[in-house]
Amino acid sequence: MKQLLILSGKGGTGKTTIAGAFIKLSAARAYADCDVDAPNLHLVMHHPSEPERSDYCGLPKAVIDAGLCIRCDLCRLHCRFDAIIAEADYRVDHYACEGCGVCQVLCPYGAVSLRPAVAGELRLYQNDALFSTAQLRMGNGASGKLVTEVKKQLNSAGVDTELAIIDGSPGIGCPVIASMSGVDMVLIVAEPSLSGISDLERIIKTAWAFRTKMMVCVNKYDQNLTRTEFIENYCENTNIPFAGRIPFDADAAEAINTGQTIVDVDCISGRAVKRVYEETMRLLFQGSD
Amino acid sequence: MKIAVLSGKGGTGKTLLSVNLAAAAESSTYIDCDVEEPNGLLFFKPQVLETEDIAVKVPSAKGRICIGCRICVDFCKFNALAHVNGRLKVFENICHSCGGCLLLCPEHILTEKDKVIGKVLRGIADNVAVHTGVLNIGEPSGIPIIKRMLSNSELVHTDPIFIDCPPGSACTVMESIKEADYCILVAEPTLFGVHNLNMVYELVKLFGKPHGAVLNKCLETVNPSEIFCEDKNISILGKLPFDRELATLNSNALIAARVSAKYRALFSSLLRIVKREAAL
Repeated sequence: MKQLLILSGKGGTGKTTIAGAFIKLSAARAYADCDVDAPNLHLVMHHPSEPERSDYCGLPKAVIDAGLCIRCDLCRLHCRFDAIIAEADYRVDHYACEGCGVCQVLCPYGAVSLRPAVAGELRLYQNDALFSTAQLRMGNGASGKLVTEVKKQLNSAGVDTELAIIDGSPGIGCPVIASMSGVDMVLIVAEPSLSGISDLERIIKTAWAFRTKMMVCVNKYDQNLTRTEFIENYCENTNIPFAGRIPFDADAAEAINTGQTIVDVDCISGRAVKRVYEETMRLLFQGSD
Repeated sequence: MKIAVLSGKGGTGKTLLSVNLAAAAESSTYIDCDVEEPNGLLFFKPQVLETEDIAVKVPSAKGRICIGCRICVDFCKFNALAHVNGRLKVFENICHSCGGCLLLCPEHILTEKDKVIGKVLRGIADNVAVHTGVLNIGEPSGIPIIKRMLSNSELVHTDPIFIDCPPGSACTVMESIKEADYCILVAEPTLFGVHNLNMVYELVKLFGKPHGAVLNKCLETVNPSEIFCEDKNISILGKLPFDRELATLNSNALIAARVSAKYRALFSSLLRIVKREAAL
């Protein structure tokens, strides 16, 4: 199974819009949404039945038993995350605690324990296609680990298919790095603006650092033709294959707002994304026959 | 007064709004907390006065003999340590710098060294003090950079302070809004936009932050984000129209409030509303 991951560096360039279109065009039987702190793919991918849900526990969190605590302050002094709060009773700030266990191992009275904490929910839709997604619970941090769980869920279901499409998250940090591991190729959706170009360069460097094969397309290319040409030249000079341009299209927002992808309706962005899709598939499956 | 600008979804206009509000003020501070993809600097082009490397502590057993007891390896919840071929190996990228291994090593062979993960640039662009964090490529977490920018007590910030947050609703966003007095939620009129607006709305409620919304890229058609705000009684601070001219200025990293009288008036009036709401 070939895995294609869609990333962008900058947010809001159209990852989910393009992922949704690719899933429809390929009739993909396996796909995932790795943007666990702002997932949206489920809004355009309709499944007839409810997903199988399971709790996701990140690292456990420290809890102080006030009955055993003698207020020696050792835990607070050694907590690097400022997560111990000395009030009438010592307590742990759940949002700040990273579950390292230093307080537990230091407490001379055994007043600190580490308890599992639900940090999100994994969702698995299994109908004609398999769709793995998740939602990080508000106020939780470990999104990289949850991304890894989403991908495990996608792989472990053992769907016999040639292609899996994965929608990624913005940025270049831990969830993005976690989503890149093991994929066959990354398609980067760029935006023709100075901000977009700066962010594109950073995600490209990140993909290089992890030796991931990639290609680039430009969305809303007509919003700034000079910048679009710059991106195409940049790709040519750095030997990154260019998958094509997609125009700005007011019909795209309208399709999304009615829960459809841009290839479910007849629109200019939908027609352009088909060409980008064909080019991407050509490169993804090149030499694998 | 610290005003955080956040959105859940990327590309809704966080930087557009925070940069232009900061520029419209008589004097102000702009802090770019999107350290993975910082863009505020491209707009302000400040004269950089100061660069500070940001480092985290990571353990090192260099030059010391490890007896291979594996106490630290077993303790590390992040699996950042391994004992292989008679040596202690530290996976610096996944270390959370908790210091537990140092405390537990019975031979006291571990020391801590600084590992630079990024930097903070500080500069001035006319009426705005500009602070930007930049995370190094390949580093997983920019939290220490955000912490440094927001809690640097040696610096006196010029009021108001605008905090440009990263997208999403996870740890980096929580860190960015922790000290904020007021939060502006920026939303676009799509189903994706409203779904992510709901998430940051839940987040600011959880942290008990006073908040209001700015609706961006508004069209004549039905705006699901506006309906959401009315439904939840979220005060709508202003609406920015979908506007090719503004989009073009923004795509060329020009500050609309500085280059056009029309947008200067628009953002000045929005700034007055934000200040009034935030002072309540």
